Amino acid sequence: MLNVAGVTKRFGGLTAVSSVDLNVQEGEIVSLIGPNGAGKTTLFAMVAGFLKCDEGSVAFDNITINGMKPHQISKLGMVRTFQITQPFAGLTTLENIMVGAYSNTSDRMIAQEKAEKVAKTVGMTSLLSQGADGLTVAGRKRLELARALATSPKLLLLDEVMAGLNPTEIDEIVAVIKGIRDTGVTIFLIEHVMKAVMNLSDRTYVLNDGQLIASGTPSTVAEDPQVIEAYLGHGAAEAMVANS
Amino acid sequence: MSVLGKNLMLLLGCAAVLMVAPAVITSKFYIDVLTLIFFTAYLGQSWNILGGYAGQFSFGGVMFFGTGAYASSILLTTFGIPPIIGIFVAILAGAILGLIVGYMSFRSGLKGSYFALITLAFAELLRVLANSVEFTGGGVGLFLTYAPGLVNLQFNTPTGFYYFSLILLFISIVIALWLERSRFGAQLVAIRENEDAAEALGINTLRCKIYAIMIMGAMGGAAGTFYAQKYLYLDPPIAYSIHLSVEMLLVTIVGGMGTVFGPLIGAFVLHTVNEIARHFIDTPGLSLIVYGFILIFIISYLPNGLIGMFKKKMKQTDATSLDKLKSDEGGRDA
Repeated sequence: MLNVAGVTKRFGGLTAVSSVDLNVQEGEIVSLIGPNGAGKTTLFAMVAGFLKCDEGSVAFDNITINGMKPHQISKLGMVRTFQITQPFAGLTTLENIMVGAYSNTSDRMIAQEKAEKVAKTVGMTSLLSQGADGLTVAGRKRLELARALATSPKLLLLDEVMAGLNPTEIDEIVAVIKGIRDTGVTIFLIEHVMKAVMNLSDRTYVLNDGQLIASGTPSTVAEDPQVIEAYLGHGAAEAMVANS
Repeated sequence: MSVLGKNLMLLLGCAAVLMVAPAVITSKFYIDVLTLIFFTAYLGQSWNILGGYAGQFSFGGVMFFGTGAYASSILLTTFGIPPIIGIFVAILAGAILGLIVGYMSFRSGLKGSYFALITLAFAELLRVLANSVEFTGGGVGLFLTYAPGLVNLQFNTPTGFYYFSLILLFISIVIALWLERSRFGAQLVAIRENEDAAEALGINTLRCKIYAIMIMGAMGGAAGTFYAQKYLYLDPPIAYSIHLSVEMLLVTIVGGMGTVFGPLIGAFVLHTVNEIARHFIDTPGLSLIVYGFILIFIISYLPNGLIGMFKKKMKQTDATSLDKLKSDEGGRDA
């Protein structure tokens, strides 16, 4: 469904993402993990059209989408959320979600119905008339998810929708994401919360210093010495083996 | 539904009162003041569509007005085409100018003060241009002949222009009401609130902003014809006056940006204040100072305009803790 081939991004002398290849198949939940500054969000931004790739190509549903505008990619059915939430602050929750719902209809009533349905899916029904600027962190994260979902995407790109949430809230949103997948939406997510990554993903890619260092099922990836070193520092893998 | 119903009732009620007002108000002076208020409110609404709803502030809104005024006036003086047709050419000219300015500035990603400045530059450019080419009459200007009649959109009583301006105002409010209810309006507001998020949700932000400036341009064009036929004289400083650019954004900001009735309320309050200050203060120029002080007061203490003040009052009655917090802040500021 999503094919990323040899994608590279340089900011001046810094190579943020270096010839990354990855793919997401229909119906999967695939996660992208890595330490801070690994280039995950940069990669997402390139996939969704917010940044231009310096090299390589991105294809969605066998259509090359390099150089397309974000709104065109969104219309094809691949919609991203933002790590730093970007609510329409002056609008209510309902109006926020309706903006997403309007991408498939120009009818106000249909958009409102769709928005209410989506709000129910993500558990925001009681917040519909509240202003988006008054939402909690958890509420804003849900709103990001709801708005994207309201566009009826085929592939959702979720950028750290669990960061800043407490364990109960994480359990809730994990259930929501599983529910979304069960309705036939493919999900590609960036996440730091390992419990959620293990719990949700069918496959995981690990990015470090802009390069893919491992991929596979979450459990094999978690045991990969390179991954452990990326997170805990050089020599950590050997130390762990020695200790056990 | 109820919001629309309320607005529609309010609109029809106001329209009915204003329709019969000339029967009661016999003073030509007051009819003229009201005409000017409607005219400014109409221009304010045109600014409001791009500035208030889509969040793109322009300082050169007068360029559409001036271009429309020249379009219908030149058609009349040079080709003898009556303004009743000319006004549609003016609307078209305004929209096309909007397309050009919008495409050039939004495509290169200009926003905020940069967009405001580029519109100011366009208006100044057109003023200089109108001054130096021959078919606009240059610095001498264009004199239109007085020939009352619907075909010329000229009237021999102030009441005629009163109704003309009322119709323009009514159309502008209907456009704003449509924006409040439509997908296009929701998309403009989304762009105002967060352009990146709007783009991520599939909104073609460039196209929406260009449509918005084209609507503004079309409305401004019609206002130009109105002005030319009312005052029968046009020269570059009038057609492209910075004063008018400022006035259309001022009435909107004072009344309330991004609201249906903000421009009308702003125009009404500012004109009334202006007239009262002029009436009671004899020292020349002092009325302007009073006017300026009131303006500073409104802008400092009512960032959401006069409509925002009423909305805040209404919210306080069913205040959640957050609203209480906000109004407390507002109270302290005041």
